[in-house]
Amino acid sequence: MSSPGDDSRSKRYDRQIRIWGAEGQSRLEAARVLLLNCGPTGSETLKNLVLGGIAAFTVVDAARVSARDLGNNFFVAPESLGEPRAKVVTALLKEMNECVAGSYVETPPEALVEADPGFVDRFDLVVATQMTEPHLLHLESLCRSKGVKLLAVRSYGLAGYMRASMPEHTVIESKPDTQVDDLRLTRPWPALREFAASFNIEALDDGAHKHVPYVVLIQQALESWRRERGGAPPSTAAERAEFKRRLAGMRRVGPEGVPMEEENVDEALKAAFHAWTQPSIPPEVRRVLEDERASPAAADAHTPGDDFWLLAAALRAFVANEGGGCLPLEGSIPDMHATTDLYLRLQRVYRAEAEAHAAAVEAHAARMLAAAGRPGGGVAAGAARHFCRNARNLRVVRYRTLAEEVAPESARGEALAEALGEEGTAANASLYVLLRAADRFHSTHGSFPGVLEGEVEADMAALKGLAQQVVAEVGASGAAAADDYACEMCRLGAAELHVVAAVMGGMAAQEAIKLITRQFVPFGGTLIYNAITSTTSVLDL
Amino acid sequence: MELEGRWQDLDKLLARDGNLVGPGFEPGPELREFLQTDCRVLCIGAGGLGCEILKDLALSGFVNVDVIDMDTIDVSNLNRQFLFRMSDVGKPKAVVAAERVNARVAGARVTPHYCRIEDLPPSFYSEFTIIILGLDSLEARRWMNSMACSLLEYEDDGSPDMSTIKPLVDGGTEGFKGHARVIIPGVTPCFECTLWLFPPQTKFPLCTLAETPRSAAHCIEYAHLILWSQQRAGEEFDADCEEHMKWVFERATERARQYGIPGVTYQLTQGVVKNIIPAIASTNAIISAACVLEALKAVTMCSSGLNNYLMYTGSQGIYTHTVAYEKDESCPVCSAGVLLQAPADATLQQVIDLMLAHPTLGRLMAHPSVSHGATPLYMRGVLEDGTRANLGRPMAELLRGEGVEAAALLTVNDKKLSAPLRVRLRRRRRRRRRAAELDGRAGCRGAHACMCMRAPRFV
Ligand SMILES: [Zn+2]
Repeated sequence: MSSPGDDSRSKRYDRQIRIWGAEGQSRLEAARVLLLNCGPTGSETLKNLVLGGIAAFTVVDAARVSARDLGNNFFVAPESLGEPRAKVVTALLKEMNECVAGSYVETPPEALVEADPGFVDRFDLVVATQMTEPHLLHLESLCRSKGVKLLAVRSYGLAGYMRASMPEHTVIESKPDTQVDDLRLTRPWPALREFAASFNIEALDDGAHKHVPYVVLIQQALESWRRERGGAPPSTAAERAEFKRRLAGMRRVGPEGVPMEEENVDEALKAAFHAWTQPSIPPEVRRVLEDERASPAAADAHTPGDDFWLLAAALRAFVANEGGGCLPLEGSIPDMHATTDLYLRLQRVYRAEAEAHAAAVEAHAARMLAAAGRPGGGVAAGAARHFCRNARNLRVVRYRTLAEEVAPESARGEALAEALGEEGTAANASLYVLLRAADRFHSTHGSFPGVLEGEVEADMAALKGLAQQVVAEVGASGAAAADDYACEMCRLGAAELHVVAAVMGGMAAQEAIKLITRQFVPFGGTLIYNAITSTTSVLDL
Repeated sequence: MELEGRWQDLDKLLARDGNLVGPGFEPGPELREFLQTDCRVLCIGAGGLGCEILKDLALSGFVNVDVIDMDTIDVSNLNRQFLFRMSDVGKPKAVVAAERVNARVAGARVTPHYCRIEDLPPSFYSEFTIIILGLDSLEARRWMNSMACSLLEYEDDGSPDMSTIKPLVDGGTEGFKGHARVIIPGVTPCFECTLWLFPPQTKFPLCTLAETPRSAAHCIEYAHLILWSQQRAGEEFDADCEEHMKWVFERATERARQYGIPGVTYQLTQGVVKNIIPAIASTNAIISAACVLEALKAVTMCSSGLNNYLMYTGSQGIYTHTVAYEKDESCPVCSAGVLLQAPADATLQQVIDLMLAHPTLGRLMAHPSVSHGATPLYMRGVLEDGTRANLGRPMAELLRGEGVEAAALLTVNDKKLSAPLRVRLRRRRRRRRRAAELDGRAGCRGAHACMCMRAPRFV
């Protein structure tokens, strides 16, 4: 039984457990997060994670609470002016949720990383805020070598930047918003055929007739169509129209020749496409199956608790063999007009087939493990079924290193040139270039462009020159950052506006939650938020 | 005394000129002074969005902020409503939220109103420079929308009188998704113009619940909608009462067991019965900040504004989309007046009947009162006795002095409305209009007629 503590926890987190379930919540409650710099962007990110109930966080920041903090950060208080910012922010964040442990280190993040590289080991995720490119490059190589996930976030004037870095992130439960039901009517298995054939639809009384599940109506119509047409399902537009007419013809007609209201027939007409739409493998899933890690060799690298690639390899074997080119059946059916008994029976027909598919996938995995000489290390109980139920939702996100992105020899200059040239992305690609140019400006001048009154015009000329340099260096020939945005960058002079920080902190927390819960899909690439146009772009550079 | 350098970030935005700014932007220290003195902001809701909005306003230089919320704090609020603590459970949200923001942000003057929006008069709402909505109900949004639109006046040429415009900024979230929109009454579409953006809630047909349950949700709704009224007749169901919820849960469990349906849990019971919308801190943070940024732009013109709807999705990557929705020129709430055609010889009663049958007007009113300028034509309430006789009189007679073809501007009020509507009546010599086929609601179809006739309140 659950303890009173569990009860208040489940009440407190009820609205989010409805999104990521108990499993997602327990992953969140085990997560340890390191925050570098606790200005508004960092504080807001951590605020959203502390509310969600992460296990623990540590803040690394060297600043003391200044007047400026009182104008843009909610997690400092007027009476804490002059105190260590890390200490104040940590205390005010902890106050929101007594379940979360928090600590701080009063030192510049750059120095800490330099002096104690092992520090990041204690965390699952590092959130680096307001750090310039040279420091991020250094931090990234450290995080990669330690196997810690990195999320870099920045608010700069009316622009925001975010980028994740880790070798790869795999997802089983990507939870897409909408998905077409997988009814497999084009490839019925014996039990489904038998179930559908057991209905003598003509002989049913009116009450029973309108409670025949639409899956049965379509299946029967399709069987007779196939018998007449040599096995082929309706394919041309005319054939499909004809097939729908047949479905419509299944509707009973009342005593005065008036067609009866039969919702199962209405549903069958809406779902008629199932008669000719073959089950398909989404491109993202195809990429998973074709990945070199989805091979029997995955059994060699298999570690208990991380079954993704082993099961992907097993899934691939299933698709090539038992599946006949199809993914396993998920085994759930949508609600449809039917009696309780018929609906539950139909549900069992689908579930039994899905169980059989999952067992086949599990057997492939066991075979692979045995062949690798590790027969004892099977996949976790229920893991194969869970994997198969989500077969259409599998995703893998791979991240280039920031180092690859910025080095002239590996930079994707063409992609950048394209983004700068296209109307929909030009402004946001300009912000990307200008942010990198601003970091170069900072490296040489020790401050960001436009910070000092009276220098704005001069800084702007310098910034434009540096932006040109960035563009030329990565080989984005012929492209340029928009002048209006160079002007805005200097006007805002690296201001960290609270609202921009709150937007970035919200997005960063969403990404952190996706990475930690392993649900939904984190973005790959570089995200630019443009607060002037209220748009975002994800650049693949 | 303001600390030197406290607003240095905001001041760059307000005191420096730029190329991508709003029309008529006049940078300078006066803008921040305006935010801190004359500018008054109203925030509707002190929940998930409201807490964030209040914080964002206070840290964007706004000082005079009012907040309205009728709710008290619940444990399930604490995963996102960051101004509240476990020890605040049961206290009014508006009061605690205002207290916390005022304590944390020096200079902030947040005034709470622990009441319903309907409890405050139009004169209260007219005081604000801008109104931000952090609501989760469509009905409250429509009420605020009609209030803001009623404050709008039109010039003789039909263009909106800019000095009477009360901008609204609206936010909403569900899970990883949300929207922010800017409504400038008379200029950009109002809620009523784009009501189709809110799809109707799907309800289970009663015959499914009663006769052929197939899912856990069906069993729960059976216990909630049918068993309750049968077994606890006369007792009003209260979704916030734990004993009531447990009763429904137990009956639903029993029914599910009888039918062999799996999946009834207490959590699901609450979700189905209360129609709970999942909510997380991060999405509220994004949407609220987007709303306050737009409010800041709208009152200072410091940057080009959102035109006029932003959609955010964070579940599959990060995706945003902005759309410029179009105004409905015949919108009953924000237009210069809905055109209503009536036969030249129509009586006032017939005109009222036409209003009730009108596709957009009809859904906004049930028992309208009608006046023409300052003259009451037919009024509900104390004036009813004095005006009832007018119902049978022809409009031509009641609107003496206006030609038969002229469009007379009528003011229509109704208990269902927060503020009067403008209706432009045009009388024409034409054959009588067909009785309007008025069945706006997509109710049950024939198959369910039996059950629904018996219990029409569930349709
Ligand atoms: Zn409107």
